[in-house]
Amino acid sequence: MRAGTASLRQSLGTSLSALGDKTQAAFTHSLDSGYDPGASDSHNRQAEGIAVRDLSVCYGERYAFEGCTGEFLPASLTAVIGPNGAGKSSLLKALAGIVRPSAGEVICPALARHRLAYLPQRDELDRGFPVTVAELVALGGWRHFGSVREPPPRVAESVFEALAAVGLVSVPDRQIAELSVGQFQRALFARLLMQDAVVILLDEPFASLDESTTEDLLHFLRRWQGEGRTVIAVLHDLDCVRRHFPSTLLLARSPIAWGDTSLSLSAENLARAQKALVQPEGGRIGRVA
Amino acid sequence: MRIALVACVALALSNGPIGTLLLMRRESLEGNVMSHAVMPGAALGYLYAGYSLSALTLGGLLTGLAVAGLAALTARSRPQHQDSRLIAFYLVSLSFGVLVVAARGSQADLMHVLFGTVLAIDVKALTLIASISSVTMLIVAIFYRPLMVESFDPAFLRAVGGGGGAFRAIFIMLVALNLVASFQAFGTLLAIGPILLPAAAARCWTNKVWPMIVLATVIGMLAAFAGLLVSYYANLPSGPAIVVGAGVLYGMSLLAAGRVRLRPKRLEGRQ
Repeated sequence: MRAGTASLRQSLGTSLSALGDKTQAAFTHSLDSGYDPGASDSHNRQAEGIAVRDLSVCYGERYAFEGCTGEFLPASLTAVIGPNGAGKSSLLKALAGIVRPSAGEVICPALARHRLAYLPQRDELDRGFPVTVAELVALGGWRHFGSVREPPPRVAESVFEALAAVGLVSVPDRQIAELSVGQFQRALFARLLMQDAVVILLDEPFASLDESTTEDLLHFLRRWQGEGRTVIAVLHDLDCVRRHFPSTLLLARSPIAWGDTSLSLSAENLARAQKALVQPEGGRIGRVA
Repeated sequence: MRIALVACVALALSNGPIGTLLLMRRESLEGNVMSHAVMPGAALGYLYAGYSLSALTLGGLLTGLAVAGLAALTARSRPQHQDSRLIAFYLVSLSFGVLVVAARGSQADLMHVLFGTVLAIDVKALTLIASISSVTMLIVAIFYRPLMVESFDPAFLRAVGGGGGAFRAIFIMLVALNLVASFQAFGTLLAIGPILLPAAAARCWTNKVWPMIVLATVIGMLAAFAGLLVSYYANLPSGPAIVVGAGVLYGMSLLAAGRVRLRPKRLEGRQ
């Protein structure tokens, strides 16, 4: 009799713990998939790129951009350039998985593993929300604590290092609403540093920043490329691109040129890009250029 | 009377976090719309099964969430003019609900549905309210971090793998549940009052999230206590009395925290 109940208890125990494990796995998968403390840190990271095939995004009937095919090579530093309305932000959003493509596909293993960081244009984040600088930057370490766990002590140390790297050590307890434009952008860069991403996308990171802040933050882009990360940035300053970015994608609703900067930014290509956007907008009239 | 007080305290405990979050996400209008959208479902439930608590709750929850879903869909496809669209949703829900009740119910039924009857809450309704309150507090406590991040940077949350739109859905569900609970006591017109007003008052005193939540809860309880007392002695409906109480506390907070001056600031020197 006793042996019988013992084995019953044992099998009950096993099935309960199996149920517990399954529940925890389901929970982690759906609500906490970002918790990944074992993911590789800087010293043994594999560089990864993004490949796109015939990528198009449209909003309603209007094409933001179409027919984008190519590859952002691993550990490359690419500038995305084009006239206003060329679809650059939409391209970045499609790469980051924020906007669903209307055609084509994005092949980005880093995205599925949550190792892709995306910095939107500044007005897409609610700066009025009561969060301090330190809290904002600490969020970058999400990988180490996820949705519900207590952050380990090293997150606090990393936050301090990140703040020091961007020059914000004096304001960790200030509300983000009280920061100047330049300071806020530095805080966002500090968060990017914490994220330790394999692929980094930046949408107009230097808009309305002064020279010295821009120089400081530009330094990070180069450093990240040196660390084997793939960096893609939407920019407007052609001089800056020629000086600092080895690769350029020239976009004017469809790719005009994609490759080495000196070749992409030829006068001829730039003229084609301008002309491409003068064509009437609209649905499926036909490919531009 | 005691049951009414306990019910209001339970409501205040969960309205604190929910109201604060709604306010900080600037979704007060959406909250208002959902509070009116609860009514047609509750009215239909009442038509179908009388004063059955489960019918009212389920019906209210269904239509509340349905309208919230509709509003979200239209917001995504056509982001402009979302404010007038929301007003349209709320007017139509409200009128439809009134028609449903007027078709089969009495004047008293209509008053109850529109303004609630705090004093008519029985033990069964109290159990429902307390359960909703407990569940809300539990979820907010456990998922505090992703709920906050979803409120100000949802793209970041998605990028780091915090569950995509899951937390947005959880938040909306919590709002709908709390509105259904509040609906029992305050009716459809005022259900959003005890949720938003204490949070708005709390925001006058602090700009940090956690103190705001605690303060909103305390103010909600004070308003409930004062409102119930006044309505008892003056023989007035309790729901509106409590909401007026919350409003008075809001006014006092605005003045006391220096946001509104009674006299315009005198300029330097003579005019």
